[in-house]
Amino acid sequence: MADTSRQQLRRAHGAAGAIVLSGVHKWYGEFHVLRDINLTVKDGEKIVICGPSGSGKSTLIRCINRLEEHQQGQIVVDGIELTSDLRNIDKIRAEVGMVFQSFNLFPHLTVLDNLCLAPVWVKKKSRAEAEKTARMYLERVKIPEQALKYPGQLSGGQQQRVAIARALCMNPNIMLFDEPTSALDPEMIKEVLDVMIELANSGMTMMCVTHEMAFARSVADRVIFMDRGEIVEMAPPGEFFSNPKSDRTKHFLSQILNH
Amino acid sequence: MTATTNRPAPGPITPPAKPNLLYRPEFRQAVYQVLLVVCLLFAFWTIANNVADNLARQNIASGFGFWNRTSGFDISQSLIPYSNQSTYGQAFWAGLLNTLLVAVIGIVFATVLGFLVGIGRLSSNWLIARICGAYVELLRNVPLLLQLFFWYFAVLKNLPGPRQSIALPFGASLNVRGLYLPAPVPEPGFGAVLTALGIGIVLSIAVAIWARRRQRATGERFPVLWTTLALVLLLPGAVYIALGQPLSFQYPVLRGFNFQGGIAVLPELMALLVGLSTYTASFIAEIVRAGIAGVPRGQREAANALGLSSGLTMRLVILPQALRIIIPPLTSQYLNLTKNSSLAVAIGYPDFVSVFTGTVLNQTGQAVEVILLTMLVFLTISLITSAFMNWFNKHIALVER
Repeated sequence: MADTSRQQLRRAHGAAGAIVLSGVHKWYGEFHVLRDINLTVKDGEKIVICGPSGSGKSTLIRCINRLEEHQQGQIVVDGIELTSDLRNIDKIRAEVGMVFQSFNLFPHLTVLDNLCLAPVWVKKKSRAEAEKTARMYLERVKIPEQALKYPGQLSGGQQQRVAIARALCMNPNIMLFDEPTSALDPEMIKEVLDVMIELANSGMTMMCVTHEMAFARSVADRVIFMDRGEIVEMAPPGEFFSNPKSDRTKHFLSQILNH
Repeated sequence: MTATTNRPAPGPITPPAKPNLLYRPEFRQAVYQVLLVVCLLFAFWTIANNVADNLARQNIASGFGFWNRTSGFDISQSLIPYSNQSTYGQAFWAGLLNTLLVAVIGIVFATVLGFLVGIGRLSSNWLIARICGAYVELLRNVPLLLQLFFWYFAVLKNLPGPRQSIALPFGASLNVRGLYLPAPVPEPGFGAVLTALGIGIVLSIAVAIWARRRQRATGERFPVLWTTLALVLLLPGAVYIALGQPLSFQYPVLRGFNFQGGIAVLPELMALLVGLSTYTASFIAEIVRAGIAGVPRGQREAANALGLSSGLTMRLVILPQALRIIIPPLTSQYLNLTKNSSLAVAIGYPDFVSVFTGTVLNQTGQAVEVILLTMLVFLTISLITSAFMNWFNKHIALVER
């Protein structure tokens, strides 16, 4: 029922994707962060976005769940257009999960409470049901034994896995990752990437800002290179890494791959 | 490492030669401690000796013999029975209770107002934010004594006389002599209404517990607020009407030049309460703002990304974390308010300092005893307040490692 109505909504928007951005622009004051972004992400597709710092990649994915407001163009998520209508924003946020570079777990709540907070208060689930789902996802990110600890008692890698589980507890259709491994020690990056790869294999629609090129190679359907607020290059990983077209992409790849 | 390898032969370890006594840290520390104690003892002894000498020369008997003597002066407001026939001891308690009254009511007002203004200053509504900002800047930067004078002389003392009183709802009236409120007078059968109120409160607590359990079990919400209101208001209300309204109010009535009957709130008390709580609220507002601003921005973003509304984000995520930043400086503001209440003496409210350290000291001349007792009282109030706040802070502290 929900699916058919979503399909109808999508058709109504003439859109054929989980996320459709057309002609999106954004400015921070005078600074033009996003310039004419056009992108369609299909259901189940995995997109990796890379680019130098300040290129607007984080801003782009933060626009998708309205942590940032775009000023021009259209963003349609799961058939719902992002406007200043609060109801639409709430609907989209319930559909889209987000994982941050700095984890952003709630330090005053236990891991289990972190996971149950939104299902109970936003989706109005029973605590028992929310806890069941929470424990299921903790199992899936391989830290079921940490349920009653506080975030401050966990390692960075464990915290980020809790953050992924917290987003999954809302049963999202789309997951956004904003540099999920950039704040982690090298030996913890793998445990987080493993969880993300498992998630990708389960068919989740994912958009991921990352510099983990090995991850991009193995998981992404398309890799996007952004620079100065523009999408410079967009291609499947094989083509992207072996045969980049633009000079800026070549320069960037040479810098991050040859060190 | 190198030192051990260079050591000639294994054998009985000879301790390194001890340095001269003067160069040993333990010895030096001990010497300083002893010197300090000696100096302090000498200072206290000098002061005590001096005081005793002076008192003896002026033929003043020290001690607390004055405690049970008749005071002979009136106090304009007392929470306990007090007249000019009462003892100095009773004056002590009357003054202390007056101070505690101001402190407790003032802390409640200041906290509520301070949180509202502090959160308001962060509001995205331009007008609300500016009004709250102006409030803080104005009240924080004008001396408290001046503000008390303003409320007392410029506002309350400029009110019309009793004959031209400003009529307020429910038979209350406000004039230059104070605020006159109707006094409730219970009649036979009123006990039943109180019992109904008690039952209502117990029932609503039970409902709240049950609703919480049910919410955890099934996710169903129950309108706890409305049932609580119904149980607490309607149940005693129904009993009240059924029993023929067994509570009458004694309304303040204008007789001659003043109001008689009812509850009279002194203008001094009003000025002190308004002045202290609005002044302290401006500091609390800044503390609250700093506390909320001190919660990392990512917390709000994470809550928003999960779909929590801004109200729920504030209540469930931001405030619980802001509180641990807010509590310690909030405690100092509570202590400040309590201590500042002694400015009451300037506008003639009979607080502890004005009654005990003022009048009682003047009449008895027992300066040392009275000042010591006053210090002891304020120390006790402050320590109790901070002990409570420390307990609360510990209760909400974050668990790390």
